[in-house]
Formats: sequence, structure tokens, C-alpha cells
Amino acid sequence: MRKVCLLLAVVMTLVLIAGCGGGEPAKPAADPAKPFAGKTIRFVAANHNWTDVIKPLIPEFEKQTGIKVNMESYEEQQLTPKLTTEFTSNASTIDVFMTRPLQEGRLFSKNKWYENLSPYLADAKKTPAEWDWKDFKKSAIDAVTLEGTVYAVPVVTEGEIVYYRKDLFEKAGLKAPTTLEELEEAAKKLHDPANGIAGVVVRGQRNPSVTQFSGFLFSFGADFLKNGRCVLDTPESLKAFQYYGRILKNYGPMGVTNMSWPQAQALFQSGKVAIWIDASTLVGPLMDKEKSAVYDKVAFTTFPAGPAGAKPYDVVPWALAVAAQSKNKDAAWEFAKWLTSKDIMNKAIAKQQTVARNSSWADKEATKNWPAGFAEVVAKTGQISLSYDRPLMTAVVEARDVIGDVIVKSIETGGTADLAPMLKDATIKVNEMLAKNNEGGK
Amino acid sequence: MNRFIERNIVWIFPLPAALFILLMMAFPVLYTFWVSFTDWSVASGGNVHFIGLKNYYDLLNNPRFFNAVKMTFYFTILAVGVETVLGVIIALILNREFWGKGIAKTILLLPMVATPVAIGLAWTLFYEPTIGLANYTLRSLGLQASSWLASRDMVVPALAIVDIWEWTPMIALIVLAGLASLPVEPFEAAKVDGASAFQTLRYITLPLLYPTILVAVVLRSIDAFKTFDIIYTMTAGGPGFASETLNIYAYSLGFGYFNFGAASSALVALLAIVLGSSLLTLWVRKTWEI
Repeated sequence: MRKVCLLLAVVMTLVLIAGCGGGEPAKPAADPAKPFAGKTIRFVAANHNWTDVIKPLIPEFEKQTGIKVNMESYEEQQLTPKLTTEFTSNASTIDVFMTRPLQEGRLFSKNKWYENLSPYLADAKKTPAEWDWKDFKKSAIDAVTLEGTVYAVPVVTEGEIVYYRKDLFEKAGLKAPTTLEELEEAAKKLHDPANGIAGVVVRGQRNPSVTQFSGFLFSFGADFLKNGRCVLDTPESLKAFQYYGRILKNYGPMGVTNMSWPQAQALFQSGKVAIWIDASTLVGPLMDKEKSAVYDKVAFTTFPAGPAGAKPYDVVPWALAVAAQSKNKDAAWEFAKWLTSKDIMNKAIAKQQTVARNSSWADKEATKNWPAGFAEVVAKTGQISLSYDRPLMTAVVEARDVIGDVIVKSIETGGTADLAPMLKDATIKVNEMLAKNNEGGK
Repeated sequence: MNRFIERNIVWIFPLPAALFILLMMAFPVLYTFWVSFTDWSVASGGNVHFIGLKNYYDLLNNPRFFNAVKMTFYFTILAVGVETVLGVIIALILNREFWGKGIAKTILLLPMVATPVAIGLAWTLFYEPTIGLANYTLRSLGLQASSWLASRDMVVPALAIVDIWEWTPMIALIVLAGLASLPVEPFEAAKVDGASAFQTLRYITLPLLYPTILVAVVLRSIDAFKTFDIIYTMTAGGPGFASETLNIYAYSLGFGYFNFGAASSALVALLAIVLGSSLLTLWVRKTWEI
């Protein structure tokens, strides 16, 4: 009996200590056309429209190459912590992952979590010429290149555009706004709280608002950083903050300071707002008959011009990277390459994904199912835009919190608060963050 | 072998439990303490140096930290205060016999077993100022609509309402158990002496119940101090930082800014607050002999 008890105690202890180990699957016979057959790779993705489009196509890749793909996907707020924790532990089994170049590119590069893809692109054996790296948009390539090395392959690009209700505009005798002044007038005219309709909505939540605010900031002739120093304390910047707060407080929906894109999108879908400014990738659900009460009333236009012209962002929100800690890098590259190949990109653009390859856009056939006028607005945005929508720095999340706090205060007071000292304070804080990480300061 | 077991039986049997506590509880806490004295941050490339009390110094010089401490106490006191009053009332009602008591008890338990994130999303929709039910109700009653979660004044009470909705049943349950275990004699004596129902409640039931209520309050406060899921899903600490509690702040430092050193120091501060408040309550209980 005692022996049994001892055994039990030992077993229970072991169960507590032991992790789970998995066996290697048996390898099938080698096939020269399928050099990676039998390998298994782990793909960590974000929940995104693009992910929904490519997910059903993955079995094709598995059949072609014999590589088994284990895919898992997370909300973007959960994805970065997930990746960071796994990579920090140095015991990650992730092979391919989706990454946000502007948000975490610098952070991940600094920690050497990205496999340097430049040697892969230069090697004709690993990357055949017909895959064609030069086919990607120039600005998209720049977005995934840091100090001369490519760390990811761009997947989609997204620009800041204006969604508006053509029925309400027609009724009020308005035309699509081309300047920020016209935008404010239209918002004022269409703002009708008695009937539950707000003139305009843009994100007002502290951290998410910063990227959508960027287009306003640039169009007023200001910027986040210049020569590695924060320059948010300029008079142009102040005007942009005031404008943003004014239109959202006076002509925005109630509760806008707790709104990121899902809340704003829900309002627009339910017909409660006349103008919505946000990323072009969010168009899908607006045009969906099942989900949108206004699917046949949506029109699009490019970002309106401010004193410094129309300067929306057009960025690479998502790219594909190979993990530096991966044990199957070649198989992982095979998969990343396939996901960003012309064939898959063409299939994605047909499903309204604003993909990063030029050749996909050249094919008029591919965009024939898109809403009328949308492809033109996206293309025009690409020509007038800046390639970033937030300060490009390692501590970007912290900087967004500081900048977003001023945006919230501006909205709460309709731009009438004494914002200049707040901006000065925010500028000092952002400069401290830059200095702490040895960035800029020149 | 057998003699070995015989001699060491006292520690062989508790071994799994002791190891579990050591690995899963003591180690993380001690490790957090250690990290709070370092500059471990992903942004700096992962090099870790011992920096003594610097993180605590920075914390004490940051207005955002004090705001978070204030909000943590505001939220906890508001939520637990209302929960205690409501919980005791509900327990007293449920302690009587009435038709449908079983069903009422079951329904009461439902909020407690629901997933907090789902609760957060449902309440967010409820509070949505334009299309939500909360303002629809206010407007139909002819009252002024509120921005709820987007209003600096309303956000913490609005969040506390969710916590109250979810956790009042727990206090009610604990108090109900306490009521069931009360001795009958004092009540019979009171009846004989002709005490009114209110007098019985005021001078017999409640004094006898205080220890139970106190336990319920301590348990609930520990949880309320650490509330994360509903605040994170509903406001993420906003508008601005108006609903940022210590736990949300620490999460932001750790998994937003990836500054694990600073995040650990904020968590140690939270631990100190929770521990301090619990000890204070127990001390009060001892000195006042309730």
C-alpha cells in the first residue's frame, strides 16, 4: 500500500512538472519537386479580411508542396503580446507570422525576431524571378525595409479615405467635400441629433485615434517627427488638433471619445452618421447587404485638402515575416512567398483586398466586383499620400497614448481648451522616449 | 525503501501540493519582485540590468500612476459598497420562504457564471450612446441622454454598475450561507421579548452577521482591486485615462510598451495595496471584535 502511495505521489509530482512533448511525424519518401514534403510549419495570423480570404486557399499549398500548415489567428491587440511573449521566451515554434511594420517593425527588428529576407530575395534558387519582388509598390517595399534589409513581405496597403452617404448629400444639395472647410460645412449641415444622425465620425479613442488624425495633421502642414525630433508643438499642429476636436465635438456622435473603428463602423452601417473617415480596408462590411442598412447609399472620396494640400496616409498595415527563431526557415519562406505570389494576390484583390502588388491592380478585370468608384479613390489616395500614419519610433504605443490624450481633450472641449501647453508637454515626453531608445535627437 | 517512506511520510504526502505552490504561486511573485528592480524592456533590445529602485522612483513621479491608484480605489469602493448593501438585502429576502425562491436563486447566479469579456461586450452595446438601450430608455422617459463610457464623470460609475450586476450575487450567496448558520436562540428570545422585525434585524441579525459580511467584503474587494477584463474590453482605460486602474496601467506598461520592469513595479504596488487593505480590514475586525 505504501509503495502505491509513494508511486502516486511521484507520478502526481511529475505530472505537475512535466510539459507535453510531441513526436515527430514519419517522413514520406523524398520527391525532388517537393523538397519540403512532410514538414510542418506554424503560421500565426491576425483576424483580418485578408486572412479570411487566404485561409480556404491554404490546402492548395499543402497539396502542392507537402508542407503541413498549422494556422492560428488572433485579434490585433492580442497578436503583438502573443508574439512578443513567445519570442522573448526564446522557445518559440512560430515559423511565419503577420506583423505590423509601422507598429512593431522597429521593436521586433531591434530584438532580431525577424529573419532577414534580403538573402532569400537575392537567391534565385529560393526566389525565382517570376515571383518578382519589384512588382510590389515602392512605398510598400520601403515600409518593410529597415537599414537596408528587408524583414517582411507586404500583404495589403490601406489609405485614409472618406466614406459618405450619397442620399443625405443629395438631399442637402451637397457635393463630396474636397477641402477640410467643405468637410466641416457638410458635417454641420448634415448633423441632425434630433433624428439620431451625426454629421461626421472619426476615431476618438485615445490610442486608436492617432492614426486617423495623422491625415489631418499632415494636411495642416504639420508632422509627428522631423529629423528625429518630435514637432507636435508647432502652430500648424495646434490648428490640426483644434480642427479635429471641433468637428467631432460639434458634429460628431455622442460618445466619440470611446470609439475606435469597430464602433464608428457600426454607427455608419446602421445609418446613424453621414461621413466617416477611416482606412480603405474597412469597406467590405459597409457594402454587405446582410450587415449594412446603407449598403446601396455609400459613396467614397479622397481625403479633403487642408492648408497644405490633401495628405492622407497610405500604409502597409500588415506584412508577412519569417521568424528568426524558426527551425524550418526554408519551408516558412516557401509559404510566405506563396501567400504573396501573383496568383494569390490576384485572388485576394478580386475579393476587395487592397493588395500590395502593382500587377494585381493593372488587371482591370480583378477590380470589376468592387463598389463603383472605390478603386479610383484608392488609386488616387496612393498617389497623394504619405507612407506612415504614426510617429516612426520604437516606443510608438507609448507615444500614441501621449498624443491621443491631447486628441481626447481637444474633442471633449471642441478644440477650445488651451492645447498649446499640452502639445508642448506631449512633445517633451515623445522626445524623452526617442532619447531613451537612442533614436533621433539630431 | 519502506523505512525511508515511513520516516519521511510527513513530507512525501504534501510534496505535490508544496511544489505546486512553490512553482505556480511563490515563484511568479518573487520573480515579479526581481523584475521590478531591473530595466528589462523589449524596446531596449532585451538587455537586463539591475537598477535598484529606479522603477519605483519613476512611478512615484508619474501623475498617471496616482490617477490609476485613485481610479482603482474609486472603482473598488463604489462597486463593493453597493454590492454589499444590495447583497445583504437580497440574502435577507432569499432567507424567507416564498413561492419561486428556487428559480429566483438560479437566475441570481447567472451573471456570476457568464464570461466577463462577453459581459463587457454586451454592456458596451447597452451603453452605446446612439444605438444602445441605456440611452433609448432614458430618452423614452424624457430624460437627458448620457455619453456613458465616453464621459469622464460617468465612466467609472458605468463600469461599477457592470461589476455590481455581475458580483452582487456572490455577496448574497456568502451572506445567505451565514444566515443559515445563525443560532436560533437569540431570535426566539427576541420574539418572547416582543422585539419588532426591524429591531431583530438591527440588534440581532446584523451584529451576528458582521463576520460573514466582512469576509464577503474582503474577498470581493481583493477581486475588485484587480478588475481587468470588463474595463479593458469596455474602455481600455479611456476616455483619456479616466478609467485607467492600476491593473490596466500595468498591462499597458507590460504588453503595450513592453517595459516589463516598470510594469512589475506597478504590479508590486497593486499587490501592496490589495494586501494592505486586506490586512487593515482584518486588523479592524480584531480590534473591534466583530
